[in-house]
Amino acid sequence: MIREPVLNALILAALLLVPLGALAMDEPFLITLATKVAIFALAGVGLNIALGLGGMVSFGHAAFFGLGGYATGVLASHALNYDPLMTEPFQIEGTTQMLVHWPVALLLSGLAALAIGALSLRTSGIFFIMITLAFAQMIFYFAISWPAYGGEDGLSIYVRSEFPGLNTLDPIQFFAIAFALLALALGFSSLIARSRFGLALQGARQNEARLRATGIGPYRIRLVAFVISGMITGLAGALFADLNRFVSPAMLSWQTSGEIIVFVILGGVGRLFGPVAGAGLYILLEHNLGGLTEYWKLPFGFLLLAVVLFARGGLIGLLAGEKRDG
Amino acid sequence: MSTLLLIEQVLNGLQSGVMLFLMAAGLTLVFGVMGLINLAHGSLYMVGAFACATVALLTGSFWLGLAASLAAAAAAGVLVEVTVLRRLYRRDHLDQVLATFALILIFSEAITFTQKQLTGTSLPMYLDPPALLAGAVSLPFGIQYPAYRLAIIVAGLLVAVGLFLLIGKTRLGIRIRAGESDREMIAALGVDIDRLYTLVFALGAALAGFAGAMVGAIQSVQVGMGEPVLILAFVVIVIGGVGSIRGALWGALLVGLTDTLGRFLLPLGFAEVMDPASARAVGASLASMLIYILMALVLIFRPTGLFGARP
Repeated sequence: MIREPVLNALILAALLLVPLGALAMDEPFLITLATKVAIFALAGVGLNIALGLGGMVSFGHAAFFGLGGYATGVLASHALNYDPLMTEPFQIEGTTQMLVHWPVALLLSGLAALAIGALSLRTSGIFFIMITLAFAQMIFYFAISWPAYGGEDGLSIYVRSEFPGLNTLDPIQFFAIAFALLALALGFSSLIARSRFGLALQGARQNEARLRATGIGPYRIRLVAFVISGMITGLAGALFADLNRFVSPAMLSWQTSGEIIVFVILGGVGRLFGPVAGAGLYILLEHNLGGLTEYWKLPFGFLLLAVVLFARGGLIGLLAGEKRDG
Repeated sequence: MSTLLLIEQVLNGLQSGVMLFLMAAGLTLVFGVMGLINLAHGSLYMVGAFACATVALLTGSFWLGLAASLAAAAAAGVLVEVTVLRRLYRRDHLDQVLATFALILIFSEAITFTQKQLTGTSLPMYLDPPALLAGAVSLPFGIQYPAYRLAIIVAGLLVAVGLFLLIGKTRLGIRIRAGESDREMIAALGVDIDRLYTLVFALGAALAGFAGAMVGAIQSVQVGMGEPVLILAFVVIVIGGVGSIRGALWGALLVGLTDTLGRFLLPLGFAEVMDPASARAVGASLASMLIYILMALVLIFRPTGLFGARP
C-alpha cells in the first residue's frame, strides 16, 4: 500500500512527465492525449465535488460540459466571422480570447447548475439521478433543434482561441494551460473539502438528520456545491472545445454524463485525485483497447462492471487502501 | 388548421404514450419491488426490436418475430438479473447506475458485433408491419389512420389492463405488492424472494422487448435506439411518481400527448406572430423542451409526482 499523498504526487508527476517526454521524442499526438486526460480530469474534479463530497449522483454533468464548450464555440465563431453577437441595445462582439471565454463558460454553466440544482435538489436518491439526466437531455435536444449554431452538425472553431503570451497552437503550451487549470481546480477542491463549508457538505452526505440537528440546512449547502461543481465541469468543456476546435451536441449527450461519472469512479469516489487517475486510465484503455478492436467498449464494459462489483475504491482505493473517513 | 389533422396527431400522441407506458411500467415495477434503478432497460427494448427484426427477416413472419422479441428480451433480462443485478439490490444508487451503464456498453457492442456477423453491416434495419395490419383504417368522421398504429394503441391498452389485473387480482400480484412494502416479511412468510425478483425482472424486460418490437416497425431498428426512450420513461416516472403503475400510465399518456401535440402546434402558433422560418425554428426548439418543462412544473408543485406517495 502506498500512502495517498505520495500516490497523488506520483499521478501528477506522471501526467506532467509523459507530455514532456513526448516533447523530447517529438510525439505531438501523445501530448494531445495527455491534454485530453487533463481536461477530462478537470471535468471529473468538478463532478467529484457534487458526487464525492456531497453524495449527489448527478447524471447530467454533460449539460455543464457542453454549455462550457458552446460558450467557447459561439464566442469564437462570432469573432472569426466578424459578426457581432448582438447589436441591440448595445453591441457585443465575439472574441477569441480564452480569458474571456472562461468567465463566460463559468457563468453560463453556473447559471444552468443553479436552475437544474434548485429543482433537482427538491428530491433525492433515484429521483435526483433521473431528473439531472432529463434536464441534460433537454439542453441536448435544444442544441440539436436550434439551427443558429450548427444544430445537429455542431460548430467548427477554425482557429484555437488565444491566451496572452502563449502560442496555443503549440501542443505543449496548450497542455500547460490545461494542466495549470487542473492543478488550480485540485487545490481549490482540496480547500473546499477542508473548509467549514466542505465539512457541512460531507455531513449532509453522511447524516442529514444530524446536520439538521446542528442547525445547518442541507439544501443551500448542496445547491452551492452543485453550482461550483457544474462551473468547474463547464470550464473543462470550454477547454475541450478548444482542444478539438469543434463543439457539437455530443458534448451534451447522456453518454458524456456517463463518461464523466466513469472517470470519477475508475479513480475512486471522493478521492481528491480520483478523477485524474480515472481519466488517465480511461484514455489509456480507450487508446490501447481501441487499437486492438473496434468493439473496445465491450471489454471496457466488463471491466467497469468488475470495478463496480468487486473493486469499489477504484484505482486509488486499490493502491492506497480504503478511504479513512466515511 | 384542420380538425382532422389535429385528431390524427392526438392519436399519434396516444400511440407514443402507450409505448412509453410499457417501458415506464417495467422500470417502475423493478424500482418499486427491488429498489433498483436500471439504465439497461433501454437495452432490453433494443434487444426486443433486433430479435423481432432478425426473426422477421429470416422467416418472413412478423408474428414469429414478435414472439421472439418477448422471449429474447425476457431471457436477456433473466440473464443479467441472475448474473449481475442481483448483487446490486442492496448497493447504493451510484453502484446501480454504473453497473447498468456498463451493461448498456456491453449490450450495444454485443448487438453491433452480432449484427455485423449475421448481416455484414451495422446499418439500421427496417421492419415491415404485418400484412394484416398494412394500410389505413377508416374511423368515424372520415379519419384515415394507419391500421398498425391503431393496433399499437389497442395492444398497449390491453397490456395495461392485463398488468393492472395481474398486480391487483392474482396471487403473483399480491406477492409483488407485498415485496414492495416489506421484503423481509414476505421472505419470512416462505416466499422464494429470489425467484420473485427474477420473475418481476423478466416481466419488465418482456414489456420493454414488446415495446421495442412494436415501435421497430414504425422507426428504424438500430443500436442506441433504447436510451432516448429510456430517458423519456424516466420523465414519465418522475411525473407519475416512482413505483406507481397508475402514475406510469397517466404520466406516459401525458408525456406522449404533450410531446406530439407540442411539435405540431407550437410551430403553427408561432407562425401567427413571426415569419415562417423563425417560427419553425423557435417552435421546434421549444417543442423539444416541452416535456422537460412539464416535468419541472410537476417537481415544483408535486415533488413526489402526480401519483407518488406523499413523504
